[in-house]
Amino acid sequence: MTSGYKDLSITVEFRGGAELLFEKKKNELNLPGDEEWTLRRLLFWIRDNLLKDRPELFLLGDTVRPGILVLVNDEDWELLGQGEYKLKPRDTVLFISTLHGG
Amino acid sequence: MNEEELIREIVALRKTLREKKDTLRRLQRDKHVVQECGLTNEEIGRYSRQILVPEIGVKGQLKLKKSSVLIVGAGGLGCPAALYLVGAGIGHIGIIDYDEVEINNLHRQLLHSEESIRVSKVVSATAALTRLNSSVNITPYKMQLDSSNALGIVKQYDVILDATDNVATRYLLNDACVLTGKPLVSGSALKFEGQLTVYNYRGPCYRCVFPTPPPPETVTNCGDGGVLGAAVGTIGVLQALEAMKIILEMSGVLAGRLLLFDGTETLFRNVKLRPKNQNCLICGDNSTIDKLIDYEEFCRAKANDKNPGLKLLKESERLSVKEYHKFADSSATSHVLIDVRSHEEFEICKLPNSINVPFTQISKPNGHALVEQVIRSMRNGDTRIDVIVICRRGNDSQKAVKILKGLINDEAVNIRDVIGGIHAWAKNVDPTFPIY
Ligand SMILES: [Zn+2]
Repeated sequence: MTSGYKDLSITVEFRGGAELLFEKKKNELNLPGDEEWTLRRLLFWIRDNLLKDRPELFLLGDTVRPGILVLVNDEDWELLGQGEYKLKPRDTVLFISTLHGG
Repeated sequence: MNEEELIREIVALRKTLREKKDTLRRLQRDKHVVQECGLTNEEIGRYSRQILVPEIGVKGQLKLKKSSVLIVGAGGLGCPAALYLVGAGIGHIGIIDYDEVEINNLHRQLLHSEESIRVSKVVSATAALTRLNSSVNITPYKMQLDSSNALGIVKQYDVILDATDNVATRYLLNDACVLTGKPLVSGSALKFEGQLTVYNYRGPCYRCVFPTPPPPETVTNCGDGGVLGAAVGTIGVLQALEAMKIILEMSGVLAGRLLLFDGTETLFRNVKLRPKNQNCLICGDNSTIDKLIDYEEFCRAKANDKNPGLKLLKESERLSVKEYHKFADSSATSHVLIDVRSHEEFEICKLPNSINVPFTQISKPNGHALVEQVIRSMRNGDTRIDVIVICRRGNDSQKAVKILKGLINDEAVNIRDVIGGIHAWAKNVDPTFPIY
């Protein structure tokens, strides 16, 4: 390996119903350190590697569909630069589908 | 005496009882002694256990008494929220709901009881709340909140609780609260999970966080997804707590933060939301929305949690329950009955000889293979075969027919669905069948 990046260990969680699109609520991931991992790159990686089917229920264009919140270490990704955010080791990325019942 | 006469007599007796109680209350109220602190002896006794809490005290109790809270939705969130607000002595509570009590509400909407089935929810809730605390002024609104009436009602209250069950009403309430400058305590729940936050109060509004409504097909209601009373109730109680903190002008209000509750692991998680968006269409610096809009159109969804009747198939692709009944009995040709409800629903009740392939599985390789295998086993060589699809109400069955027709390219396989599903079967063929 010639790149300067190490493998990246992060946790990815799905809740609020978003977990129905995936096998598990909580995923411990070890991502290859070939290049830098941004949240946007992670979105596509999740679509290609974790999503069971119907990508339109998760992504719309190159971001999450309306009604899904993305949180890194319990902070809204809007506060962190959205897709540009560079993932760090041991980050927890949480995808929350909003509930509407009552 | 027959059943109907007895019911009529009970209703009349209840009315007489209510009138006599009201008279008694008025007589007693006239005798109340007001102390210098501003509370009556009765209030001091009644609220003493919360007046003793330093954050409340006499001042706080008087603030609660002078305040008003509007609860939109008298369901799984609104019932517990109302109960705690009325218990705590909020001066004026408004409750809005267009719906009547149904038996499938009673596991979670605990202000209502068996005797209020088919009674308006706001009437039933008002009666229960008055039994708890007759000194609270309660205004019931039996109506659907919409763009024509929302502002007029919302502006009369100090704090608004979103205890609704659909996306369109959530946007409507948000906009009404921004336009009238009211804090919105927003709760929601499904299955074992709940979410809670306070909008338009020193932080973002609902549109700041969710500028675009979710695609309708991604929204699950309680009637389809299911919901646990204790889970939705947890959020309802917390809505009452946040409303009281706003009235008491306390600092720890859940604004700019979102509480995520997962009852399966009893996990409470507090996440930090984005701040108010300067470019928000309603609360931003250059807002373009200055009056309420058509929220059903904006969300492409109805402002209730009822399932609309779909019409995807041609008449020739559908059987009524009576036609299916006759068809199944005649047994001249072999047929396959595919029930596309969830496993949980299939466990509740099923038609004889039906095979369960949940709708979520139909388009997947496994589900599709199962259907083909069943067809093969029921069929002699290449002879004609009928495949009948059934679901709860006749919506998913139509979608399933569309999907199966695309997957099974065989003219001798005649795929149709049953109009109105299991519900219609219970209504028109077998009255002993359960309705859920
Ligand atoms: Zn806003």
